[in-house]
Amino acid sequence: MRDVAIISFAQTPMRRRVDELNEVEMLMPAVHGALAQVDMTIDDIGFTCSGSTDYLAGMAFSFVSTLDAVGPWPPIQESHVEMDGAWALYEAWVKLQLGEIDTALVYAYAKSSPGDLPMVLTRQLDPITMGPLWPDSVSIAALQARALLDTGRVTEGDLAEVAVRSRRDALANPNAQLAWDRGLDDHLAEDYLVAPLRRSDCPPITDGAAAIVWAAGDEARSKVDRPAWIRGIDHRIEPIHLGLRDLTVSESTRIAAEKAGVADGPVDVAEIHAPFTHQELILRQAMGLGGSTAINPSGGALCANPMMTAGLVRLGEVANRISAGTADRGVAHATSGPCLQQNLVCVLEGDN
Amino acid sequence: MFVDQVDLSEARAPTSVRRKLKPVLLWSAVTDTTQGAGAGEILSAPLIIEYPFKRTTGPVIGAFLTGLRERVLIGSRAEDGRVIVPPAEFDPVSGNDLTELVEVGPAGVVTTWAWVSAPHAKHPLDRPFAWAQIRPDGADTSMLGAVDAGAMENMQTGMRVTPVWADEREGHICDIARWIPESDGGNA
Repeated sequence: MRDVAIISFAQTPMRRRVDELNEVEMLMPAVHGALAQVDMTIDDIGFTCSGSTDYLAGMAFSFVSTLDAVGPWPPIQESHVEMDGAWALYEAWVKLQLGEIDTALVYAYAKSSPGDLPMVLTRQLDPITMGPLWPDSVSIAALQARALLDTGRVTEGDLAEVAVRSRRDALANPNAQLAWDRGLDDHLAEDYLVAPLRRSDCPPITDGAAAIVWAAGDEARSKVDRPAWIRGIDHRIEPIHLGLRDLTVSESTRIAAEKAGVADGPVDVAEIHAPFTHQELILRQAMGLGGSTAINPSGGALCANPMMTAGLVRLGEVANRISAGTADRGVAHATSGPCLQQNLVCVLEGDN
Repeated sequence: MFVDQVDLSEARAPTSVRRKLKPVLLWSAVTDTTQGAGAGEILSAPLIIEYPFKRTTGPVIGAFLTGLRERVLIGSRAEDGRVIVPPAEFDPVSGNDLTELVEVGPAGVVTTWAWVSAPHAKHPLDRPFAWAQIRPDGADTSMLGAVDAGAMENMQTGMRVTPVWADEREGHICDIARWIPESDGGNA
């Protein structure tokens, strides 16, 4: 496998609603921030790939107009996925492995705020047997939470612990949208939003953008002191019908983690894309993470959940910690679809 | 507004072009707004997003939808013997075509549920209700439904529910108007 590393990551401050900027304007600080940190311009980039969704923009091929944030002239090699930017990063990784390019720019963005997000997300369900019922994303997640609680493996208190820890850790993350220090009792005293989930078990609705710069081998070493090398990356998907899978485990994450080699060494830090509290517990189990691993020191998706972007942010957060020297080996995870339908796992490492 | 910016003078456009464009661009399309009482207003037009074609639902999903119209629930048998509902067109493990259809339920068991205390305008019920995954009798997988249970206290994993069919059915998932606890009447 060719040595490829994340050498730069930038994100916008995550906010509930960005009204005063259009998508291009919102995206530009992330793209140009990531490039400027390593003294690069778009001319130095071999391949550009982005993740976003037309369902939020409300128009077809919306990603074409946001290419203006990059400045695609003279013409550039470019691609797009209607998925989280973590999968755009995967496409760029494949391209880097092929050896035709040495650098890549990956970005993702979403304005989740203009529409009715939990209802927009029903459009990713089976369009014949589920979509017409309009089961909003919080309700669908609550079905999974109930199934997990019914196993007796976790309690509502365990869900509350995830929320309390995440929002407290987010106090140290200047880009977090939600950050506070509140106790378990405060959480458990909340009314149910959709039982068994309380509002604090759910992610916020977030507008924001993020960008990552990839480089291979010596190109990476020449740009930064400590590149965050990719040691393994894999993604897997499960059936769309909730009834066809065991919602209390994440088989696709387990397989992806195995293929990516999570268990091949100690994990100092893990950034897990778990929009709902109970999902972190499922994912930790699927990846075998616990003990000495710092879980979501950024606060995770419970503190900022920009659609199509929160997964890419997880990769950036881990890479930043490796490049800063506060971690040697880390795991980043991204998810997509209802109840953790599709999952990507990536192992990153710094040189010693 | 646009009219003022279109220079149709002899110097800029040949006569033949002017003759063609004048009635099309100026008089039929924009004169009412630009020259009438509404001058300066933002133009607007309806935008209707539609798929101007029909798609067949095929022999498996089609059978499921026809079954709903006839108040019958249909599943399909997977290669490992499991009965899947709504029926799968392809085996979830091997990907091979599945063709054996099996009648199930219609009553069944709640395998997981979530209580909605403030329904959305688009939700199937306008009063507090439970989303549930329901495993119809004879099936090995569950399907999504809205259970009209009155109060959260009436919901429990493992409880039995039965469908209430819509009066007018058209072969659509909403032919099941709602599900109710079997203890509330059953065989509806």
